[in-house]
Amino acid sequence: MAESEPEQEPEAETAGDAEPQVVERDLTMSRAMVEAIAHEMREDEEVFYMGEDVADYGGIFDSTEGLLEEFGHDRIMDVPISETAYIGAAVGAAQEGMRPIAELMFVDFFGVCMDQIYNQMAKNTYMSGASVSVPMVLTTAVGGTYNDAAQHSQTLYGTFAHLPGMKVVVPSTAYDAKGLMHNAIRDDDPVVYMFHKRLMGIGWMPAPDGPKTPVPEEAYTIPFGSADVKREGEDVTVVTLGLHVHRALEAAAELADDGIDAEVIDLRTLVPLDTETVRESVAKTGHLVVVDEDYRSYGVTGEIIASVAEDRLADLEGVERVAVPDVPLPYSRPMENEVIPGAEDVAAAVRSVRSTESGAE
Amino acid sequence: MFEDMVTARYYEERLQEEYLEGKQPAFDISAGPIPGELHLAAGQEAAAAGVCRHLRDDDTVTAPHRPHHVAIAKGVDLKRMTAEIFGRETGLCGGKGGHMHLFDPDAGFACSGIIAEGCPPAVGAGLAASKRNEDSVAVAFLGEGAISQGGFFESLNLAAVRELPVVFVIEDNDWAISMPKERVSDVADGSRRAEGFDMPGTRVDSDDAVAVSEAAKEAIGRARDRNGPSLLEVQVHRRMGHFMGDPQTYRPEADQEAAADRDSIERLAAELRRRGVEDETLESIREDAHERVDEAIEWAKDQPEPSPEDAYEDVFANPPSGVTDEEPAYDLGTDARAGVESGGDD
Ligand SMILES: Cc1ncc(C[n+]2csc(CCOP(=O)(O)OP(=O)(O)O)c2C)c(N)n1
Repeated sequence: MAESEPEQEPEAETAGDAEPQVVERDLTMSRAMVEAIAHEMREDEEVFYMGEDVADYGGIFDSTEGLLEEFGHDRIMDVPISETAYIGAAVGAAQEGMRPIAELMFVDFFGVCMDQIYNQMAKNTYMSGASVSVPMVLTTAVGGTYNDAAQHSQTLYGTFAHLPGMKVVVPSTAYDAKGLMHNAIRDDDPVVYMFHKRLMGIGWMPAPDGPKTPVPEEAYTIPFGSADVKREGEDVTVVTLGLHVHRALEAAAELADDGIDAEVIDLRTLVPLDTETVRESVAKTGHLVVVDEDYRSYGVTGEIIASVAEDRLADLEGVERVAVPDVPLPYSRPMENEVIPGAEDVAAAVRSVRSTESGAE
Repeated sequence: MFEDMVTARYYEERLQEEYLEGKQPAFDISAGPIPGELHLAAGQEAAAAGVCRHLRDDDTVTAPHRPHHVAIAKGVDLKRMTAEIFGRETGLCGGKGGHMHLFDPDAGFACSGIIAEGCPPAVGAGLAASKRNEDSVAVAFLGEGAISQGGFFESLNLAAVRELPVVFVIEDNDWAISMPKERVSDVADGSRRAEGFDMPGTRVDSDDAVAVSEAAKEAIGRARDRNGPSLLEVQVHRRMGHFMGDPQTYRPEADQEAAADRDSIERLAAELRRRGVEDETLESIREDAHERVDEAIEWAKDQPEPSPEDAYEDVFANPPSGVTDEEPAYDLGTDARAGVESGGDD
């Protein structure tokens, strides 16, 4: 179990099935993240965590639950509501060689502090000709599905992945969350670690089946840039990440009843991006559906499709993308349900992409 | 003031009941008729009522994520606000905004869920009034936690250098979610931040609506007379959790009890009685307020939900062609077909 790189073999056919390794305990995604943080904090005095409501509250989405008890207020630091100051301070501390983790409570709040993120955190390594590095992690909650409206429900994968200089991580299971967090803290570059609220396993926001998985007690890393085939299939490649891995798996189970065998690829990191796994899969299936919870235009969906098209245009028989249709997230339930892709939208896109093949023939 | 305060308190009691419906037994934030976060302002009514009684309809108020008591005091349409909170089509924002993002231009009211981000737009409203030579004023409400935010400082400075008719009102309820004031600021009196901008700063040390009203009268009068901005801080109390569902494990029992023991509404009632107002009068104000609230809630619940397609409307006031077509922008099928055709030349 204690492998340094326990690549999950894509043997697991369905969502939520146990991984090939034998592990006795299941963890929620938040517990798995916290376990990795605690481990790194024990190993390295230079690691600390800063954010709003991360100490006594334990993180609004349980991202730091229990850490205060072990590490105290000096290393699990509540800060004033001053994102520019504390995220910028994390950049400064990282440049001094410390390994800060700074939490932006909701990704939507990036607007008040983006300058520190993209003009400092992301660029200082480059601008300094690598004489400076910024080994910090920026954790942040993403996602809707609970009607919190346009300022608290965005996913913004594309915004962060678009700007060069930061690695961008999006776990979908507890197993991945832990391995990716170990990697994020050990990485010498700034890493944006985006966790979906709906996957954390918090009491007041029930998670779907799937993110709670067996998790080894030992530390292990999942290398960045290694997409994971969460379900093997022959007919169509569904590329996704975060919450939508689970929605795609749900769709795949439904499609299987109709004799359509979908492969579900979880990107796990956006920067670096494992286009190889995607291209290989498309070479096999010929059909590509990309699904995410970010705005449709200028985002992950376009990026994946372009990267496949650039290299393997001949393999592509049909392409679809499923994403939020370029509207801010509406509050009211019927409208939110409309714009956030559900399993049925994924299934419809898969059916549609396959029908284009017969239509083209 | 009394009427606004009892309306706000009862309104939130009723909202709380409605909010909890369907979320039991285990609290599930996305269930029930009012999903999403809900931030209630019980214990903070005096600040809103004391300030807003000096405002006119053409004055502008920006409120933060905890907006209902301010909205009520500013005269926001109660029915349409409630319909918005229930996510209904006839709500103030057609169901797009929800409880943290209420807009009522007729009442001169807006709010935002991003901390301190109501300050710059209030400065903008003051700027507009000043450019147009009008005597309207703008008031930005924010919590004591919000005054650590850059947007607040920048707004104070801009308002000060341009001598704009803006009043910044800090509702100090001692807590910013789980963070007590003393852990995030070395200065207990937030109104002292005015000093750095050479503007008047006043703190009202209790949630005494009369005292708030007097202080607000001066600040607002100053703005209206074109004598520039000021900062007013009011000590209020957070009787509830930060949001509905907040377990408040971080908060000492004694602090919760102290907040519950202080009741600005009872305090004002006592003062009114002392000034000769009959109990019956107070009681009938209360009854009327309750009736209005119940009516608003019943009305709102009867309103239709928006249709899913309404989600595509309103992104732009002047939609570029093709953006708000009947067809959703990501209509499945057509795009893929286009993709196949263009890629099908091999
Ligand atoms: C820029 C930004 N950072 C953080 C938050 C999350 N948040 C919402 S309310 C809140 C606390 C606000 O405290 P305070 O200003 O004192 O107002 P109160 O909630 O006590 O009324 C925080 C941190 C946010 N909405 N926006």
